[in-house]
Amino acid sequence: MRNYFIDLLTKEAKSNNKIMLMVGDLGFSVVENFKEKYPKQFINAGVAEQNMTGMAAGLASEKFHVFTYSIANFNTFRCSEQIRNDIDYHNYNVTVVSVGGGLSYGALGYSHHAIQDYALMRSFPNMTIYAPGTRSEIANCMKQIFKSKSPAYLRLGKTLPKNLKKPNQPHDYAPGKWTKILECKNRESKKCILTTGAVIDDAVKMQKKEEFSNYHIYSLPIWGMKYKTLQAQQINKWDEIVTLEDHLEDGGFGSYILECNSSIQKVGETKIKLKSLNKNVCNTVGDQDNLKEHFKFAH
Amino acid sequence: MKINSSVLLSKYIKAYTLKMVSKAKASHVGGGLSISDILAVLYNNILYFDSQKPLLENRDRFILSKGHCCAALYATLALKNFFTLRDLNSFAQFGSNFMSHASHKVKGVEFSTGSLGHGLPYAVGKAVAAKSRNKKWEVFVLLSDGELNEGSNWEATLFASHHNLNNLTIIVDYNKLQSLTTVEKTIKIEPLKDKFEAFGCYVSEVNGHDHEELKNSLSKTNKKNSPKVIIAHTVKGKGVSFMENRVEWHYKSPDEDQLETALNEIGVSL
Repeated sequence: MRNYFIDLLTKEAKSNNKIMLMVGDLGFSVVENFKEKYPKQFINAGVAEQNMTGMAAGLASEKFHVFTYSIANFNTFRCSEQIRNDIDYHNYNVTVVSVGGGLSYGALGYSHHAIQDYALMRSFPNMTIYAPGTRSEIANCMKQIFKSKSPAYLRLGKTLPKNLKKPNQPHDYAPGKWTKILECKNRESKKCILTTGAVIDDAVKMQKKEEFSNYHIYSLPIWGMKYKTLQAQQINKWDEIVTLEDHLEDGGFGSYILECNSSIQKVGETKIKLKSLNKNVCNTVGDQDNLKEHFKFAH
Repeated sequence: MKINSSVLLSKYIKAYTLKMVSKAKASHVGGGLSISDILAVLYNNILYFDSQKPLLENRDRFILSKGHCCAALYATLALKNFFTLRDLNSFAQFGSNFMSHASHKVKGVEFSTGSLGHGLPYAVGKAVAAKSRNKKWEVFVLLSDGELNEGSNWEATLFASHHNLNNLTIIVDYNKLQSLTTVEKTIKIEPLKDKFEAFGCYVSEVNGHDHEELKNSLSKTNKKNSPKVIIAHTVKGKGVSFMENRVEWHYKSPDEDQLETALNEIGVSL
């Protein structure tokens, strides 16, 4: 995912000299091409995320579109007040790019488990969360990010889905809008699995089980506080929604959908169930797939 | 109001700061008085700006990192005609843009601050932007001494020095009092000059109430190939005898009688 992201950013930088890529001394074998092609638009801020984020705000105040790139948690939690005060409050055009969303770096331990980042980033009023799960979603997220002039959080997982042959997605879609990933056999079904981020494979596996064979798969890759009012109509279409995220339940994506549901005038009763990571994952180290299996993620 | 000398300007900044804080029953008057001379010299003699075009592209950028002392900055900006002196009456009032920590919603204020340790990284970002576009405007940032406890300042100083940002001037309001007691008793920062020099900066120490010393050190012609640091030795509560060097004036606001006495001591009637 990160390689596709950097390819798209490098292409954009060719025609847009306002793009500035800042890295927190990370990105080995990823950022070199960008740095070589556009050295004046690349800054290694060193292992200093508070300064990197504050500087990003300063650069954005001078009309740069800044991307702060690091492993999730480092450029989010470590500098959360800089994101809150310097970027979000001033509504600056800074995109925080986190690699290793969810349990991508599961074997590296709790410091590298990005499983509370939605809770933090969705608490900022001007912030839009971009959590793509497919190649098409990455491309569309980047298209929206390049158009946008406000704060963004781009959460990248490790790999693209392997179990999805033909994602049924449009070329363009809007923030806050759900997109269809995969229909179930019963096209009239009023049940769906709603994902965000790099959990499409998990949703496809879920759908293969008898219990969920009657559920369509949808995703919501672009969301945040600003788009809550857009959710009512989409939620109301369904009898049942199962949200799926590689994040702890508290403050996450499922919580977001529940909040949206609680504030709407209901047409019908939509049952919403949440599927997220077990909190005991915090104390466990292992490969992402093993961790998910061990804690029965998406079961 | 036409005020042509920095000395007279500083007196009015102090007077309006006292009046605003007193009326709003706000805090931080002591720190406001300790930076009034620095602000007066900056806005009277050093910074390039047009108060009718606060976002003028080639203006110099000033960032007040010690945002709790914004009353002095608002007073300065009003006295330099960014807005009217009457506007200051809404300081810290319900619905006002003139909140009691520096607000970018006020004309002429580049950046909202209030949590310490944010101004310098932001200023470094602006200095990088100017260098990257070969612009001649400069960046000035004013920090408090207690603020230097924040690690983000040292991250930013390392970066600014590594990248030879000689378009950046860091001013430290060294009044030697923090929130509860002295700097010395809180977290020692001495030897401060040596610290900044070890980080690769060009450092000078001045009397932060001596306008000639301030003008000389802040001068844009006075620079090397590194960020400039000016350690301005100041007195918290400067100009008001019963406030000088007293930690309680970090919090207290003068009542009407105290305000009258203070204005008499400053030598300005409003």
